[in-house]
Amino acid sequence: MASKPPDISGDTLPVIEPGHTFASLTDKISSIVLTGRTPLFWYITFGVGFILVLVLLFCITAVVAVGVGLFGVMIPVAWGFAIVNFVWWIGIGHAGTLISAILLLLRQKWRQSINRFAEAMTLFAVACAGIFPLIHLGRPWFFYWLFPYPSTMGVQPQFRSPLVWDVFAVSTYFTVSLLFWFLGLIPDLATLRDRATRRMPRFIYGMLAMGWRGSAIHWHRYEMAYLLLAGLATPLVVSVHTVVSFDFAVALVPGWHSTIFPPYFVAGAIYSGFAMVLTIAIPLRRLYGLEDFITLRHLKNMAIVMLATGMIVAYGYLMETFMAWYSGDIFEKYMMMNRMFGPYGWMYWILILFNILIPQALWIRRLQTKPWVLFLIAIAVNIGMWLERYVIVVVSLHRDFMPSAWGMYSGTVFDYGVFVGTIGLFVALLFLFIRLLPMISIFEMRELVHEEEARGE
Amino acid sequence: MSNGTESASLPEAAQSTAGGREYWRSLEEFAGTETFKELMDNHLPRHAAAWTSAMDRRDFLKLMGASLALAGVSGCLSPAPAPPDEKIVPYVNQPEEIVPGKPLYFATAIPSEGYGRGVLVESHMGRPTKVEGNPQHPASLGATDAITQASVLGLYDPDRSRVISNAGRVATWDAFFSALNAELESQRVSQGAGLRILTETVTSPTLAAQLQEILRIFPKAKWHQFDGVGGDYVHQGARMAFGQPLETVYRLEEADVIISLDADFLLRSPASLRYAREFINRRRVPGTSSEANRLYMIESTFSLTGSNADHRLAVSPSAIPQLAKTLAARLGVPISAEQPTISPANEKWLGALVKDLQAHRGRSAIIPGEYQPAIVHALAHAMNDALGNIGKTVFYTDPVAVNATNHAESLRELVRDLEENAAQVLIMLGGNPAYTAPADIDFAGHLVTSNFNVHLSLYEDETSALCHWHIPQAHYLESWSDVRAYDGTVTIMQPLIAPLYGGRTAHEILAAVAGQAERSSYEIVRNYWRGQSQAKNFDAAWRTALHDGFIAGTAFSSRNVKPKPASGFDASEPERANSAAAVKAQNQPLLEVIYRPDPAILDGRFANNGWLQELPKPLTKLTWDNAVLMSPATAAKLGLTYQVGGTGGEHGTIYADVVELEYDGRRTRGPGWIVPGHADDCVTIHLGYGRRRAGRVGTNLGFNANALRTLDTLWHGTAIAIRKTGAQYALACTQFHHLMEGRDLVRAGTIDEYHKNPKFLMERKSEKEAPATLYPGYKYDGYAWGMSIDVNACIGCNACVAACHAENNGPVVGKKEVLRGREMHWIRVDRYHRGEPSNPETYYQPVPCMQCENAPCELVCPVGATTHSQDGLNDMVYNRCVGTRYCSNNCPYKVRRFNFFLYSDFKTESLKPLRNPDVTVRSRGVMEKCTYCVQRINQAKIAAEKDDRAVHDGEIETACQQACPTRAIIFGDINDPQSRVSQVKAQPLSYGLLTELNTRPRTTYQAKLRNPNPEIENG
Amino acid sequence: MAQIFHPSTNTISRVTIFGGLILLIAVVTGLATINESPYITEVGVARTQPVPFSHKHHVGDDGIDCRYCHTSVEESSFAGIPPTKTCMNCHTQIWPDSPILEPVRESFRTGKSIQWTRVHNLPGFVYFNHSIHVHKGIGCVTCHGRVDRMPLMWRENTLYMDWCLECHRAPERFVRPREDVFSMEYQAPADQLALGQKLVKEYRIQKLTSCSTCHR
Repeated sequence: MASKPPDISGDTLPVIEPGHTFASLTDKISSIVLTGRTPLFWYITFGVGFILVLVLLFCITAVVAVGVGLFGVMIPVAWGFAIVNFVWWIGIGHAGTLISAILLLLRQKWRQSINRFAEAMTLFAVACAGIFPLIHLGRPWFFYWLFPYPSTMGVQPQFRSPLVWDVFAVSTYFTVSLLFWFLGLIPDLATLRDRATRRMPRFIYGMLAMGWRGSAIHWHRYEMAYLLLAGLATPLVVSVHTVVSFDFAVALVPGWHSTIFPPYFVAGAIYSGFAMVLTIAIPLRRLYGLEDFITLRHLKNMAIVMLATGMIVAYGYLMETFMAWYSGDIFEKYMMMNRMFGPYGWMYWILILFNILIPQALWIRRLQTKPWVLFLIAIAVNIGMWLERYVIVVVSLHRDFMPSAWGMYSGTVFDYGVFVGTIGLFVALLFLFIRLLPMISIFEMRELVHEEEARGE
Repeated sequence: MSNGTESASLPEAAQSTAGGREYWRSLEEFAGTETFKELMDNHLPRHAAAWTSAMDRRDFLKLMGASLALAGVSGCLSPAPAPPDEKIVPYVNQPEEIVPGKPLYFATAIPSEGYGRGVLVESHMGRPTKVEGNPQHPASLGATDAITQASVLGLYDPDRSRVISNAGRVATWDAFFSALNAELESQRVSQGAGLRILTETVTSPTLAAQLQEILRIFPKAKWHQFDGVGGDYVHQGARMAFGQPLETVYRLEEADVIISLDADFLLRSPASLRYAREFINRRRVPGTSSEANRLYMIESTFSLTGSNADHRLAVSPSAIPQLAKTLAARLGVPISAEQPTISPANEKWLGALVKDLQAHRGRSAIIPGEYQPAIVHALAHAMNDALGNIGKTVFYTDPVAVNATNHAESLRELVRDLEENAAQVLIMLGGNPAYTAPADIDFAGHLVTSNFNVHLSLYEDETSALCHWHIPQAHYLESWSDVRAYDGTVTIMQPLIAPLYGGRTAHEILAAVAGQAERSSYEIVRNYWRGQSQAKNFDAAWRTALHDGFIAGTAFSSRNVKPKPASGFDASEPERANSAAAVKAQNQPLLEVIYRPDPAILDGRFANNGWLQELPKPLTKLTWDNAVLMSPATAAKLGLTYQVGGTGGEHGTIYADVVELEYDGRRTRGPGWIVPGHADDCVTIHLGYGRRRAGRVGTNLGFNANALRTLDTLWHGTAIAIRKTGAQYALACTQFHHLMEGRDLVRAGTIDEYHKNPKFLMERKSEKEAPATLYPGYKYDGYAWGMSIDVNACIGCNACVAACHAENNGPVVGKKEVLRGREMHWIRVDRYHRGEPSNPETYYQPVPCMQCENAPCELVCPVGATTHSQDGLNDMVYNRCVGTRYCSNNCPYKVRRFNFFLYSDFKTESLKPLRNPDVTVRSRGVMEKCTYCVQRINQAKIAAEKDDRAVHDGEIETACQQACPTRAIIFGDINDPQSRVSQVKAQPLSYGLLTELNTRPRTTYQAKLRNPNPEIENG
Repeated sequence: MAQIFHPSTNTISRVTIFGGLILLIAVVTGLATINESPYITEVGVARTQPVPFSHKHHVGDDGIDCRYCHTSVEESSFAGIPPTKTCMNCHTQIWPDSPILEPVRESFRTGKSIQWTRVHNLPGFVYFNHSIHVHKGIGCVTCHGRVDRMPLMWRENTLYMDWCLECHRAPERFVRPREDVFSMEYQAPADQLALGQKLVKEYRIQKLTSCSTCHR
C-alpha cells in the first residue's frame, strides 16, 4: 500500500499511519516494554523525578513533625499553595477519564492511542493532588475524622462541609479511574505475558493478566465491563471538579462565592488536562518514535478540545468580572479591582495572557498540526491554570471584608518544595509506567489496523 | 466573679491571712529552701539564659497537689486519655479554706509607678492565675489596665533572678547581712555620711516610716529618688504655684469642657482608670441627661487621650508652654509674658476654646501633662483658679508620694556624690538606673567605682550586673507591703503565694539596714499599722482592711489652697538647657524630640513580659519594637518611606527606613514610623527598649533611647539631628491599614446629629429584617448570650486584649510569627483614621468573635469542631479540630486564630501554675477563638442550677468586659428583654458588623458620637 | 514453551481475592474490639495502690458515706481525694500500727503526700463537674459502679464520649431521686423511664449536648 502524503488541512489525517500490520504495531509497542535496553533519556528523566520525590518526602516529614506553620499560610490567607496545587492537579487529572470514558461512549476512534497514558496520567495526577489536603491539615494524624465511621466519640463528620464531599468525590474518582485503567490493561498484559521471554516478567504479567486467554467469552465480558465502567466514570468527570469548586463557591469570601464556579471549574479542568496530555504526548511520540500511532490527527483534535474549553474558561473570567460590576456589591467590586490592580495584579494579567490570549493561536489551522507550537501553548496553559487557582485562592483571601485584617501571603521554601516534589512524583510514576506497561493500547490499535485494512480493500 | 469575694466575707479573709499564711509557709519551705539548695549546687549566676527548672518535678507535683487532679493545669490536647500511671496527689493537711476545684479571691493592690491600684487576685489551689480590678477601690472601680493584667505573668517569669549573689557568686542572706553590717559599722561613726538609698517613687507609709527610722539612725545619710517613668513635675509645678508640693485630683464627671495640655490622663496617670470611667460616663449616649463633655487636646505626640479628643492641636513640645501662657492670658490670668505670634488657624482654634471655657466656668478642667515643665502646671493651676474650677472639678491634696523631690536633681546629686566618693554605701531598692538613667551622667560608670552597693530587683538586670550585691526582689503578688492610691487611699498588699524564687521585699532590706535582718515584711507592715490604728480591735480592723483591699478613710481630704499670682511664676524655667548639641550637626535638619514611656513596657521594667511585648501598641499597632514616631510631613522632609512586606503585609510586616539620631555627639539608630496626627518637626521615641539584660524575652529588642537622653532633656529635647540611613528594618505591625475603604465598619456621627434624629446612623441600611430563608432558625428556650460593645466608650487602651489573653491561656508567638500575621489575640482593637493625615479623627473598635447566628464557620468545618451551642454560642472544640482552617477563611471578621506551631509552652514548669485550669491549653494545629469566656458562663450556670435559680443579669462578666475601664462592653442574656444587653441592643445607635452578609452577629456595636465645637468644626 | 501457571492458580487467585476482603473486615473489627476492650479502657481492671485501700471494706462493711472522704463532691467539680489527715482520724485508734498502713503514717509524719494511682481519669480537655451531676440526681454508682464491692478500685465504665452521651442525650434513663444519689443499694425501678421523665421535669434537667458543656 503506497502511503499518500498527509494534507496540511488535516481534516483527513489518519488516526494511525498506514502500512502497519498487527505484528508490526504489536512489536513496536511491546518492544518498548520488553526490551532489555533502557534508553538514556529514561534514566535521566526518571532520576530527576526521583530526586524531587526525595525533596517531597523531606518537606512532608518536616511539615508533619514541626507544624503546618512551615508553609506560608497565615491569617487571613489560611489556604495557600497546598490548596492551589490540589485544585491544579485534580484539574489535570480530568483529561484521562474524559478521553477514555466519554470519547469511548462517543465512539471516537482517535482516542485509542492516547487513552492509555492519559488514564495513567490521571491516576498519577490525582495521587499527587491527594497529598495536599492531607498535609495542609493542622493535625494530619486525625485525617480519618473526615470519614464516617462508628467512633467512640459518638460524633460524625459535618456533612454540610464541602471538604467532606471532597473526600468522597476524590476517592471515588481515583478508585473508578484505577479500575478503568487496569481493566483496559488486561488484554495487553496478556499480550506481554505471551511475548515476554524471561520467566519473571511472564509470571508477573501473567498474574496481572488474571488468566486472560482472549476467548470470545472473555472479550464479551470485557466489552461489557468496560462500557459499564465508562458509564460510571462519565458523570465523575463532571462531578469531581464540581465538588472541588464547591469548596470555594459555598464560602462567602468575595471571589469565591460564585454560582458560575462548577461549570467553569470543570471546563478549566479539562482545559488543563488536555494541556498536560499534549505536554507529555508530544515529547514521548518523538522520543519513542510513535509518530505513527500518535498522529497529527490526535494532536489536532486535542488542540481543538483545548480551544473549546479555553473559550469556556474565558467566558468564566468575563462573567466573574461582569458580575462583580453588575452585583454592585462593594466587596465584590473591590475584589475584582484588587485582582486586576492590587499587589498580585501581575499574576492576573499573566494568566489572562497564558490562558486566553496565547491559545487563540489555535484558531490558525496550520498551527494545529505543528507539534512544537502545540507543546509551547500547552506549557503556557499549564502555568496559566496554576496561576488562576493562585489568584482564586490567595488573592481573594488576602483582602476580604475587614481592612483591619488585610495581609499578604507568600509561599515558603516548603511550599515550593512540596510543589516541585509532586511534579517529581508525577514524572517518576509516569516513566515507571512507560517502562513497565504498554503506553498505547495494543489491542485497540489492532482494531484500527483492522479497519484500515478493511478500508484499504 | 468578684461576687465571690464579697460573699467570702470576714471568716475567709481571716484564713486568707492566718490559715493562708500557714499554707504559704509550707510552700516557702519548698520554693525557698529546696530550690535554693538546688541552685547552690548547680546554678551559675549571671547567666540569665542558663536557666534550670525552678521546681523539680516532684516538688512541683507536691505544690500543685489536688489541682493536678483537675487535669486543668496541664490540660493540653493529648488525643488519648492521660497515661494510666498518672498519680493523684492529695494534701497531707488540707487548708480549710481550700476546696479543690474552686478558686479563691484575695484583695491586694498593684503598685503601678508607685501608686496603688486595688485588685482582686484569683487563686487556684494557692496559685494566683488572674488579676481583676477591685470594684470598691477608688483607683480601680473594678477595672484594670493591660499592665496589671500581664503582671501575673511577671510573677511566674522563669527569667526572674532567684539567688542572692555577691560579685557574681551565689551567696546567702546571712552573708549579705554580715557584709552589710560591716559596712554600716563604719558608717555609724560618720553618722551615715556615706550611706545612700536610691528608691523609685515611694507611697508606702511603712516604707516611708522605715526610711525615716534609718535617717534617724544615720542622720547624715541621704535618700535619693529616681523613677524611670515619673518626672515629679506635678509636684514642682505645685511648688511654683502654691509654694508647696500638692497632688492634683480631678473630678471629670463634673467637667463639661476639658483641656489637656499634653496630659495622657486616660492611660498614663495614677488615676487613669478612674478618669477614663468618669470621662466616658459623660459621653454615654443616651445616658446622663446632662450634656456630653468636650475634650480639647494640645499635644505633640499622638497620645491615646489625644486620639479620643474632640479637637486636637498638634504643636511641637517647645510651643506648649507658650500656648499655655497665651491661653492663661486670654483667660485673664495676670501674667507678664510677651504674646507669641500664633498662626491664624490656631488663633481661631484658641478663640473657640477660650469661648467654650468662659461659657463653662466652674464646669471645666485644665489638665497639665505629667511630663510638662513646672511652669505649665503652675499656669494650669492659675487658669483653673481663674475659671473657678478649684473645689468643683479640680482638687488639691497633700502629695501621695512621700518626700516628693525632683528626681532629675536627686539623681544628679547622687552621681556627684559617687564621683566624689562621698557615697560609699549605696542601697538601690528596685529600679534599674544603670539602664534608665540618661547617658550624659554615666550612672553605670560611677556605680562600678563605688565601694559597696546593693541592688534589690526582680531580674538580674543591667544594674545588678554592676553591683556588689544583688538581692532577688519579691513580686508584688509575693509581698507583704502597703501602698497609697492617687487619692491617698491605703491598701495593705498581701501575698498570694510565697516568694517562688526566695525574693525579698524592700521592707526586709531596710529592716536589715536598721539592724533587724530577721524581721519578716509581714510583721514590719503589721506592726506599723498596729501603731497607726486607733481601732480598739486591731485584728478585726486588719482583717477588714485585707478583705476589702483598702483601709477606709485613708484618702487625703482636699486642701483649700489658692495659687500665688501668676506673675510670681519663674518663667525662665521652661527654657530647657539645650546644651551644645545644636552647634554640632549643622547641615542636617534639627528636630525636637519627645521621650515617653512605652505604652506597654513603660521604661523597660516590663521588657521581659511577653504578653505586653506582643500587645499591639495603641495607634501604631506595633509589637516587639519601638520606633521613631513622626508626622507624615516630617517623614516626607526626611525622605522616609515604608514598604509593605510581601509576607504578612499590612497584617504583619512593614519595612521602615532606619534613621540615625544624633544628639550631643551620641548616636543611635532606629526605624522611622509615620504617625498621622503627630506634630511636625519633632519626633517621639518610646523608652524601654534596647535592653541588654532583660531576660530571654526582652533582651536586644528595639533601640535604647536613653543613649540620647540627658538629665536636662529627660522628656523633651531640642536640636536633635536625624538623617536617613540606607537600611530598612522589619517592624511587626498588626494593623497597618487604617482606612475603612468606604465600608460601614465603625459608624460615627456627632451628638448634635444624634439629638436631631437618634436613628440618623441606621437609616443608611435597613438593618433589622433578615432575608427570607428556607431553613428554620435556632430555638432558644434557655439563655441566649449576647454582647454589645460601645465604640463610643472604647478608648483603645488594650486592657480587654490583655485580660482575654490572661483568662484564656493565650500563647506568646514572638516577633517572627507576628511578622507573618500569626498573632494569637482573640479580641483585637481595630484602629481607623478619618480626615486629613495631619490631624485625623481616630476610631477604635474592639473585635472579638461575633458568635453569629448564621455562622459561616460552622457550615464549613468538616468535623464539626465549631458548632452552635444551645445558648447560641459558636463553640470551638479544640480537641476535635483537625486544622483545615476553612472556618477562618470563611469568617468575614477574621477573629479566628490558628496554632501554626506549638505556640503554648508545655515545657517551662514555672509557667504551668499560671494557666487557667478551666481553659484548655491549645496545642499545635488547632483553631481557636473567643467563646465569650464559656468557662465563666458554665461556672455561673452550674452555680445557678445548684440553687435552682436562673443566672441573673450581670452575674457573668467576660474577661474583656471585667477589665474594661470604661465599661464599654456589656454581656448578658438577649433572651431576657430586661437584661442590660437587650436594652442596649434596642437603642437606636446599636448596629451589627457586616450584617449585609446575613451572619446575624450576636456581638453588636454602639455607634461612635463625637462632640465637636461647631465653631471649629464648620468653617 | 512451558506453562508458567499451574491450573491451581485459578483457585488460589479466587481465594486471595475474596480472602483479602474477609481479612480486611477481620482486621477492622479486631481493632475496634481491642479499642473497646479492658486492655485499652481499663474497665474492670483493679489498679494497685501504694496502700491497698479497700472501698469494699470502708464503704461496704463499715458503711462510711462517700462524702466523708470525697468532701467536695457536692460543691466542686472535683470530688476531692482525702488528705492523709482524714485517714489518720480513725487509724490513730484503729490498726494504729498495722504494717500495711505504714505509708499513711509515714506520709503523716513526713508531710509527703501519698501518691495514689488514678483510676478515673479524663483527658485534659474534658471539664467534668461532680457537683452538678450529684445535684441533678446522678448516683455515684451510675458511673463508678458498686464501689462497695471493690476491694481495690477499678473503672466501671469506659468514660468514652459516646458513653457520656448515652446519658446526656437521654438523662431520663439514668436519673434517680436526689436522696438516693449516694446510696449503693438503690435499684432502678421497673418503670425507670416514667420516674426518669418525672425527675427530669422536677430537677429541671436539660439534655446538654453542646460541645462547650464539656469542652472549653
